[in-house]
Amino acid sequence: MIRSFYLFISFYVSNFVFQSTFKLFYMDSKSSYFEDLKIIKKVMEESSRFLSLSGLSGLFAGLIALAGATVAGLLIMKPGILLTDEYFTGLSAGSSGMQRGLLIIDAMLVLVAALGISVYLSYRRALRQGLKIWTPVSKRLLVNLLIPLATGAIFIIILYVQHQWHLIIPAMLIFYGLSLVSAGKFTYSEVFYFGLSEILTGLLCAVFPVYGFFFWCVGFGFLHIAYGLFMYRKYE
Amino acid sequence: MMRVSISGLNKLFENRIRLGIMSVLMVNDSYDFNNLKETLRVTDGNLASHLKALEENDLIKVNKQFIGRKPNTSYSVTETGARLFRSHLKALEDIIKAQ
Repeated sequence: MIRSFYLFISFYVSNFVFQSTFKLFYMDSKSSYFEDLKIIKKVMEESSRFLSLSGLSGLFAGLIALAGATVAGLLIMKPGILLTDEYFTGLSAGSSGMQRGLLIIDAMLVLVAALGISVYLSYRRALRQGLKIWTPVSKRLLVNLLIPLATGAIFIIILYVQHQWHLIIPAMLIFYGLSLVSAGKFTYSEVFYFGLSEILTGLLCAVFPVYGFFFWCVGFGFLHIAYGLFMYRKYE
Repeated sequence: MMRVSISGLNKLFENRIRLGIMSVLMVNDSYDFNNLKETLRVTDGNLASHLKALEENDLIKVNKQFIGRKPNTSYSVTETGARLFRSHLKALEDIIKAQ
């Protein structure tokens, strides 16, 4: 009787000791397994996606686009004529080479300013995150962004030369959207959906080319601002 | 000889640097030495010894080539490496979920 009680106690005690040491060991190794998983996730993300793309740059790109559009709408084009079809008819009549040149300069300034500020802000963000900006993944991002973008640029020059004015703005939006979709695989996945919405805007614009000016403002202005604010609030 | 525990955890991946190397190579077709060094923030010697261990166990393969005149060594994961890493990862996730 006493012996069985002793056995019971010793079993209970050893079991308790075993359980608690096991528990300790288990918890300890578990937290390190958890660390391991976190490291795997972090390294995979950092080496396959460029995570320094600044959300603010989207916001600024949108504001710059709207500023450029204001200059175009109020100063370069005849004020009041915002139906681009009429405007393009005027352009193709050949009487407004000066206006055409000014529009192109305006567009180029917008492009350079928006690109410059994106690169600068992303560079600053990478510094703050302690990450490099020129990595295998940022190179891949750039190649995948530039192939559809350059194709679009050449295509737009062809449209211009062939006097297909009404397709220029839809082509800008569609090719920009395609390049975002293609670059989206190498940075935040939101860029992919942002690209899809640009493509959609471009296709709508192709159906209603008369409202090209408005679609341009929506696609390059408001969508950028919405995307930029969303990304800034989510990641920065 | 490689030691693989029943649960799918692999002794070779217990080291954080080896774990990092494998994580990079799982999501990239290939990655060169210098970029690995920068991504994982480790020293030359340290990285080289862990790469060697992984290579000797046939988990990664080495590709030496010249870019211009500079030698460039890049690494990619082997089929065995990918399989073992996936089961290691699954084992880790199972352990965490088991709580």
